[in-house]
Amino acid sequence: MQADQTNHFRRFALIWAVATAILTPIVIFVFGPGLPPGNGTVESAGQVSDNTVLLALSTPVALGVLIFVGYCVWAFREPNPDGPVLDGPPITGNSSVQMWWLIVTTTLVLFLATFGSVRLLQDGAGGGQGPNPLSTPAGKALQVQVIAQQWEFTYRYPGYGGIETPHLVIPANTLVEFHVTSLDVVHSFWAYQLGVKADANPGLDNIAYVTTKSPMTFEVHCAELCGVWHGYMFDSGRVVSKASFATWIKGAEKTYGPAVKYLPPYSKTYFPSPVGRGG
Amino acid sequence: MVKRSLLVLTAALVVSVAIAMYVVLYLTNVPDSARAAQTSAGTELYLATVPAAALNDPHPSWVSYYQTNSRDTNWQHKTTFIVPANTLVHVTVFQYDGDSGLRNPFISQATGTVGGTFTLDGKTIQAIDPNTASHVFAIPQLGLSVPLQGVDGNAKNQCGNAPCTMSQAHQTITFSFRTGAKGSLYRWQCFVPCAAGYIDGFGGPMQTVGYMDGFVKVV
Repeated sequence: MQADQTNHFRRFALIWAVATAILTPIVIFVFGPGLPPGNGTVESAGQVSDNTVLLALSTPVALGVLIFVGYCVWAFREPNPDGPVLDGPPITGNSSVQMWWLIVTTTLVLFLATFGSVRLLQDGAGGGQGPNPLSTPAGKALQVQVIAQQWEFTYRYPGYGGIETPHLVIPANTLVEFHVTSLDVVHSFWAYQLGVKADANPGLDNIAYVTTKSPMTFEVHCAELCGVWHGYMFDSGRVVSKASFATWIKGAEKTYGPAVKYLPPYSKTYFPSPVGRGG
Repeated sequence: MVKRSLLVLTAALVVSVAIAMYVVLYLTNVPDSARAAQTSAGTELYLATVPAAALNDPHPSWVSYYQTNSRDTNWQHKTTFIVPANTLVHVTVFQYDGDSGLRNPFISQATGTVGGTFTLDGKTIQAIDPNTASHVFAIPQLGLSVPLQGVDGNAKNQCGNAPCTMSQAHQTITFSFRTGAKGSLYRWQCFVPCAAGYIDGFGGPMQTVGYMDGFVKVV
């Protein structure tokens, strides 16, 4: 009985090792480059790398589980389905397996926790960091305020007279500092291809950074269930050349000029008044 | 074995059909719709906003949009508007409600209309004082947004529940916008927190399709 168990373990381990050796490089080099959210910005490219690391590490684990289940179904199937159902050999503990299980899983979890923390601290990884960011990328940033409301995002550019626009346009090869806030309920600003996701909370300035690369278009979605039209709270934005941005912002100042006199002075958060007919 | 497999397959089929029906019904089940009128002037859509729906409505205290006609009669509680594709639609809104004010003053400016303007009681303008806004007619997917100024609180002969009449205090707002491709389905909404009695004015009719929200169906 003991010899048979050892034989099964070796066969399983061999199948797992071969499958891992074949599939892990495929995952890294074939699937990795195509992982979301793409390489449009420095942050999104970093997220592609992070996702590749996570997928590469989870591949042997997933293979281990799947091969173990498959092997058990195949190797320990009922040899004679029409015969009497017999009880199998009793299950016994194996301290060596238990120890290695603990060592491997603990090492994996600790590595991933450390890896994730380091990556977050490097540049914020495109996530909202609250009003006092822990990691601030070096360089002068273009500030853009993202204002969420049921059910639309609008954008203010404090460096350009505080004008507000209904669409997001930012220049290429530029560090952008998003200040995300809300006028009503909790929303989430998710600029998918930019690799930016930051909650929009009323009364809070949530800061996220992104460094753009080439001109591109990107989608903006709300990622927090925020009411009846949450599913429709989306828009598209553009990363344009610096020259095109200069032209666009000049046009926007003219187009949205009539509303400027009604806008409140630029602020990190807003507490709109009146609150309508609220009860 | 075969019997069990058949049972599992049948159960899976039933569940799949049920899920598919749920999705189809969800996507197609929209409130009553009304077509824009075709006149010699083109495609016309006549709407009205009231402080409260008709007394026989399930929510007679809720603020609401209605569809009417050029004479502001024949009121219908329909908020899905059917319009032709790639067409200029001329919208007239008879606005009977008082002001509530906008949370975001930016929305006090009209966007997405022909010329970026609208008329308020015959006067062509681009924006209103955000504190005087009563409602907004906005189709965010088209970039269309028009603020509707509220009736003066001291005005005489104010309307309570729908239907209202032209002799009652109201504002008339007109604007035009161009529709998109055939088959498009847009949502429209109000941006003013106008739901009386709800937290920050954002509950009830603001969160229920058929009052301050609806669809624009392009055919």
